[in-house]
Amino acid sequence: MIDLIKKLSEAFGPAGREEETARLIRREVEQYVDETFTDVLGNLYAVRKGAGAKIMVAAHMDEIGVIVTFIEEKGFLRFSNVGGVSPFVLLGQRVVFADGTTGTVAMEKLDDIKKLAFDKMYIDIGASSREEASTRVKVGDMAVYQSQVSEAGNRIIGKAMDDRAGCVILIKALQELKNTNNTVYAVFTTQEEVGLRGARTASYRIDPDVALALDVTLVGDTPEPLYPMDVTLGRGPAIKVKDTSVICHPRLKGALVELAEKNNIPYQLEVLVAGGTDAGSIHLSREGVPSGVISVPCRHIHTPGEMIDLLDLENAVRLLVAFLEEPVDLEKIFPCQAG
Amino acid sequence: MLLRRLAEAPGVSGDEGEVRAILREEVEGRAEEIFCDAMGNLYARKGKGKKPRVMLVAHMDEVGLIVTGYEKSGLLRIDKVGGIDNRVLISKPVVVGKDRVPGVIGAKAIHLQKPAERKKAIPLENIFVDIGARSQDEAEKMAKPGDYVSFTAKTVDIGDNCLCGKAFDDRAGCAVLVDVLKEDYDLELTAVFTVQEEVGLRGAGVAAYTVQPDLALVVESTSASDVAGTKEQGHVTKLGGGPAITLMDSSYIAPQTMVNFLVKIAEKLAVPYQFRHLATASTDAGRISQSLEGIMTGVISVPCRYIHSPACIISQEDWHNTVRLVKGVLNAIAEGGLPT
Repeated sequence: MIDLIKKLSEAFGPAGREEETARLIRREVEQYVDETFTDVLGNLYAVRKGAGAKIMVAAHMDEIGVIVTFIEEKGFLRFSNVGGVSPFVLLGQRVVFADGTTGTVAMEKLDDIKKLAFDKMYIDIGASSREEASTRVKVGDMAVYQSQVSEAGNRIIGKAMDDRAGCVILIKALQELKNTNNTVYAVFTTQEEVGLRGARTASYRIDPDVALALDVTLVGDTPEPLYPMDVTLGRGPAIKVKDTSVICHPRLKGALVELAEKNNIPYQLEVLVAGGTDAGSIHLSREGVPSGVISVPCRHIHTPGEMIDLLDLENAVRLLVAFLEEPVDLEKIFPCQAG
Repeated sequence: MLLRRLAEAPGVSGDEGEVRAILREEVEGRAEEIFCDAMGNLYARKGKGKKPRVMLVAHMDEVGLIVTGYEKSGLLRIDKVGGIDNRVLISKPVVVGKDRVPGVIGAKAIHLQKPAERKKAIPLENIFVDIGARSQDEAEKMAKPGDYVSFTAKTVDIGDNCLCGKAFDDRAGCAVLVDVLKEDYDLELTAVFTVQEEVGLRGAGVAAYTVQPDLALVVESTSASDVAGTKEQGHVTKLGGGPAITLMDSSYIAPQTMVNFLVKIAEKLAVPYQFRHLATASTDAGRISQSLEGIMTGVISVPCRYIHSPACIISQEDWHNTVRLVKGVLNAIAEGGLPT
């Protein structure tokens, strides 16, 4: 599991440029599914065919990053953010482009650090002229944090746990999934960080009976946390009740809770007060899709040092496998949906 | 020139009728099928049934104001339709409603403003449209709540082959589409003139659903900020630098294959081009690319200084080069298929 996390966390995949991550994931799942394919937005589908309900499970491949908007005469790169990047977290960090070109993020002279903003910052790739810089980087190229995975006890630190952790859960579940009558559409989605975009077109394509998203969620167990969250690292996967993009289908949420209890899987209930996930666009697809979310508690989200707990991950895999193996009785769970 | 006439027509979001009428007349005879949908989008299609199916998109609407009520004095209360800087509004001539009642956007004169007031933009609640009415009764006979208020500006020649006027965003794109329709391409082409882009890309989603294209190309007008007070890295695009290719904005990330495709065609045809150096704002591409199962979408823009004002400037050379690039894209697809 750690090897897989390491491989995916360190892979390059800012929103809109997820190809490398998709390639790695495809290799992991190919032999465990009936077919894999991609679409116009770059979503990767891995399908296990069955006669029962059509279940879509989404985990997003993309991570936050930066995009080069301008190359200065002296070779410095001006940039804009791709997704929710904090200028304060970014300052002083190393960033890396798809081809391995590395730069460090610096700032112009400021009289007040509170005024730090992307237009006062630049990436230095060690070039001394526009010509030299242009041989390595082009306007429109994206970069991500350069960050290697570290193990910290039973916990893992690295970039892009949001949402490679979700990708790992989905890969593992496909590998461990034995008998299921359901048709499982595992979708590794794109462009979640910039507006839940890949999931929107994927859910339209699949038209699922029911959907789950796998993503990270904030925790409230750190000093003066950003938000008062009743989710703790290491206490099990979180079953989402609501965030700012979706109110999870209460019966689906209930079914997940029941499954966790039946199988003695630790879980927590999650109300995320700031943030959304792929379920936000999936549940509004077509005529509506009953949707739920299994979340991985994660500290320091959107920094190069996102931290997750291995046990939470393992338990999330167990919960997902249990869900996918169970027949989904649409008439019982979603009486309004059936027929 | 069609662009001059298109730019002068009032067509604030939701009130695109006049622009649509001009376009309908212009595309007559250049397309086999011309129709509208419930939102008011106008479609002109040729080569029906051929493969692949390509959609060109330009929005008809422009930013403006809408009447919300009256002051006792006879001034009209207004709200904005789309994104306009309050500082741009002041003292501009406008027309109100279907009858084009002339008016002006009034505000307190500088010598009547308190020192604190001079320091900041006048808030919208203190900005009114004055149609010369002396009382609410008189104003009620001249304008109704819901009437649209549009900037009024003649399109004039300025400098070296440039045009100055209003609403080049996105009548410039509309005019490109009409010009492109003059020629035939070996594919199914639908030119769509969309509504309500400025208030949230609303027409485009419906259009994408209606056409279900294999590829969509949005022809827009975008900020050229190569003006005083902006450092070079802040220039979104440069006037005269050629059509701008979008890499990313608030609602859309260009697929790398699309960027490479557009660049290759521009270079082959020796059309000057530039990248749009800004990753915010949005266009119809945001909605279209996320429609149905996902649609391969590109954006090409005509650079425009002082965008969203009644005194925009575009270069006719940029406009002509945009036409060349769009035609080049269609020919490339007809000959070599979709970008992969």
